[in-house]
Amino acid sequence: MKLRTALLGAAACFALAPAAYAERGTDGQVNIIYWQAVSTLNPYLSSGTKDVETASLVIEPLAGFNEKGEVIPRLAAEVPTVENGGVSADLTSITWKLKPGLLWSDGTPVTSADVVFSANYCMDPAGGCAQLARYEGIKTVEALDDLTVKVTYNEPRPNPYTAFVGSTSPIIQAAQFANCSGAAASSCTDQNFAPIGTGPFRVTGFRTNDVVQMEANPNYRDPTKPAFATLTVKGGGEAAAAARAVMETGEFDYAWNTQISPEVQGQMTAGGKGQFIYAFGTLVERIEMNLTDPSASLPEGQRATSAHPHPILSDLRVRKALSMAIDRDVLVEIGYGNAGRATCNLVPAPAAYASDNTDCLVQDVEGAKALLTEAGWVPGPDGVRVKDGMRLKLLYQTSVNAVRQDFQAIIKQWWNEIGVEVELKAIDAGVYFGGDAGSPDTFQKFYSDVEMYANNFDGTDPEPYLAQYTCEKAPSPATQWQGENINRFCDPAYDALIVELGRTGEMGKRAEIAKRLNEMLTKDTYTVVPLVDRGRLSAHALSLGGVVLNTWDSELWNVSDWYRIK
Amino acid sequence: MFNFALRRFLIAIPTLLIISLVIFMLLEAAPGDPLGDVPLTVPPDVKEKMRAALGLDSAWYVRYFLWMKQFFWVEPLNLVDYVWGTDYAKGMQRVISFQSRQPVMQIIAERVPQTLTVVGMSYLIGVSIALPIGIYSAYRQYSWFDQIGTLVSMIGFSVPTFFSGVVLIIVFAVKLHWFPSIYDTTHRVTDWASFLKQVRQMAMPVMVLSLYNAAQISRFMRSSMLDNLNQDYVRTARAKGLTERVVVLVHVLRNSLIPVVTVIALGVPTIFGGAIITEQVFKVNGLGQQLITSIHSNDLPMVMTLTFIFAILIVTFNLIADLLYGILDPRIRYD
Repeated sequence: MKLRTALLGAAACFALAPAAYAERGTDGQVNIIYWQAVSTLNPYLSSGTKDVETASLVIEPLAGFNEKGEVIPRLAAEVPTVENGGVSADLTSITWKLKPGLLWSDGTPVTSADVVFSANYCMDPAGGCAQLARYEGIKTVEALDDLTVKVTYNEPRPNPYTAFVGSTSPIIQAAQFANCSGAAASSCTDQNFAPIGTGPFRVTGFRTNDVVQMEANPNYRDPTKPAFATLTVKGGGEAAAAARAVMETGEFDYAWNTQISPEVQGQMTAGGKGQFIYAFGTLVERIEMNLTDPSASLPEGQRATSAHPHPILSDLRVRKALSMAIDRDVLVEIGYGNAGRATCNLVPAPAAYASDNTDCLVQDVEGAKALLTEAGWVPGPDGVRVKDGMRLKLLYQTSVNAVRQDFQAIIKQWWNEIGVEVELKAIDAGVYFGGDAGSPDTFQKFYSDVEMYANNFDGTDPEPYLAQYTCEKAPSPATQWQGENINRFCDPAYDALIVELGRTGEMGKRAEIAKRLNEMLTKDTYTVVPLVDRGRLSAHALSLGGVVLNTWDSELWNVSDWYRIK
Repeated sequence: MFNFALRRFLIAIPTLLIISLVIFMLLEAAPGDPLGDVPLTVPPDVKEKMRAALGLDSAWYVRYFLWMKQFFWVEPLNLVDYVWGTDYAKGMQRVISFQSRQPVMQIIAERVPQTLTVVGMSYLIGVSIALPIGIYSAYRQYSWFDQIGTLVSMIGFSVPTFFSGVVLIIVFAVKLHWFPSIYDTTHRVTDWASFLKQVRQMAMPVMVLSLYNAAQISRFMRSSMLDNLNQDYVRTARAKGLTERVVVLVHVLRNSLIPVVTVIALGVPTIFGGAIITEQVFKVNGLGQQLITSIHSNDLPMVMTLTFIFAILIVTFNLIADLLYGILDPRIRYD
């Protein structure tokens, strides 16, 4: 009788919540397609999203981010904060405690030595670690006991959740990578392709730039997960083909980053096999204004440097008029559909840091014209405005990309309407973002008047992102054209506020300063003209359950909760 | 003949060295940067360190000679080690891909089988369709068969594979569900059912490529047959009372095949080169797909090694085609 009741109970549970009570490996195979193929499973050797995210199935950090951008524990027992004593009151150290009883997929215990090793592996000066920024400013990483690790920073760190947090700084096994530090990193092909991890899956086969095969990790900390016994990550092709494989042919269960036009999205959804999902992070497509003169008539070495202010764009009124002429909703409709939304902010998220700046959302062509006239630019005989014999002509550059060329064409039209002559230029993405100091076409050199691209920040703290616009970060011949402040924006008040942000630990206060900084760059000065807040767009089969799209961490962050809808 | 072969072989060595230098300099001069794909969120100083770890901070000639040493010395030693289980190459730096930090030769070895099965199969099928079509089209010149053959080969010539490939996917994979749109490279043929699956997944890429190959070769075959059919010796053969079958398939065909064999031999290196576009469209992980992804990510050692191997193959098959010519055609003698 007892057994029968138990069985009935179990049956009821299965009927009510098939997902929650599933056993490990009962749902068979799941197929994922990343149209950029996976090259390595060691995120410390590659900054490619495809590599980092696929590796996140196998190796995990101490803590990660959930879909709301909150820090959640993974290997750590809890997230250290000032309140629970994990973060020291002076904000210079953070103490992590591992969950007790954690095992690597090979059955050996996870200890604090592995955590210390992971940090040292990345901080090795000869290794060329791609994620070094996450370990920046660390003085020491020490193991206090088998389960406790203390990270001490050189200076107070208001946001201590960089090292060991998020899929870009996972814990690797010290025993496996012992001989792979520094210059030896490249010789460890076997380790890099099949790291031993703590995640829900472990690697069974790896083919470079093609396919990764995995099976459920028998030592995963939750004995009921993952629901899938085996998993394949296939690579290659392009976004449309990946979306087609999920939405139309049903060969795959999940497709990453299916960035295709809203029209094609609609056609594919009609296939009835899958659905598109989207979520918003911090990626903003924007137009950047060049505050220095990029004219080719200036000698090399002075061209586009702060020695020569821009003859047209130095005037705030012109920059503002250019922004006013743009209808951002139309751009969203053309380029991104559901996976985009108009924005006036450089920092559109997390909610606490996003300013309520909505000034730019309404297009105002007449206002823009009036503003230009006020600035002394009057229409010439051919409709193009002139001032002191100079024509209002701008060179507008971006990378080669179908959506960007559409944007260029339509923005050119709007700007022509207010009397601005526009010349368009599109540069191969490899060159444009390549950072080669010898090339005139990099976005850092900015040899044009305005340029368009998208950028975002890592994690949930915008401080390093906003700090890119300080005076000394302007690229110039002296810095080999390296530096993130590509507008050559320079405002001592801004720099002072950045210093203040670095000293502030209290969240509310930080958010306030960050909003202020964001507004200084956008609605106060129109140095950066945000256009579209670009969401992440992926696709999954209707039969795949448990998918929650996360833009703050790996997209595959909760694969252990995925299951097959029967 | 032997002297000729030896002389050609010796000339090939400086040719290849110059080719390698030209490839290297082209890659060097080409715009782009191996770290171009690194997200903008990575700070410039971290990027600098990554660049140094890839060895990109040394001068071009240092990198060129390092590559030469790795390609001509370390890699052959590794092959020796692999075959005889020795360890001569232990501790020596091999040619390493920037993208995956894996030895380039391992990646190539992993991918050659896929390319050979798919592209090689399509070449075989292409040739075996093209020859009969070419022969019959020429024999019945301007007949309806010839007209249709011309039409089909014009289509095969002029429709690019990225178009025909996608059309096939939409028809056979999306609408009819006959074939998969994505090639499963982990599939193993163990029994009849898995063999059928392999045939199904190869069907579309092979179809696309064989159409293209057949179009080309059938035109060569046809024109070569036409050249010979009007020759005096054909009239003589007929006058002797030989059957049409013997005249066409023995006398004319043998003579017409000489230039066609050369064309086929010269086409063989393209099999190894893979079919960049078709492999990309059907996600076959062959050498062509590797080449294009490596070019996109500026994986210089990978691009350099692959293109150089293609150069070796082209030079080799040119030599083979020349030698075949001498063997097949008694009028051509090299000594």
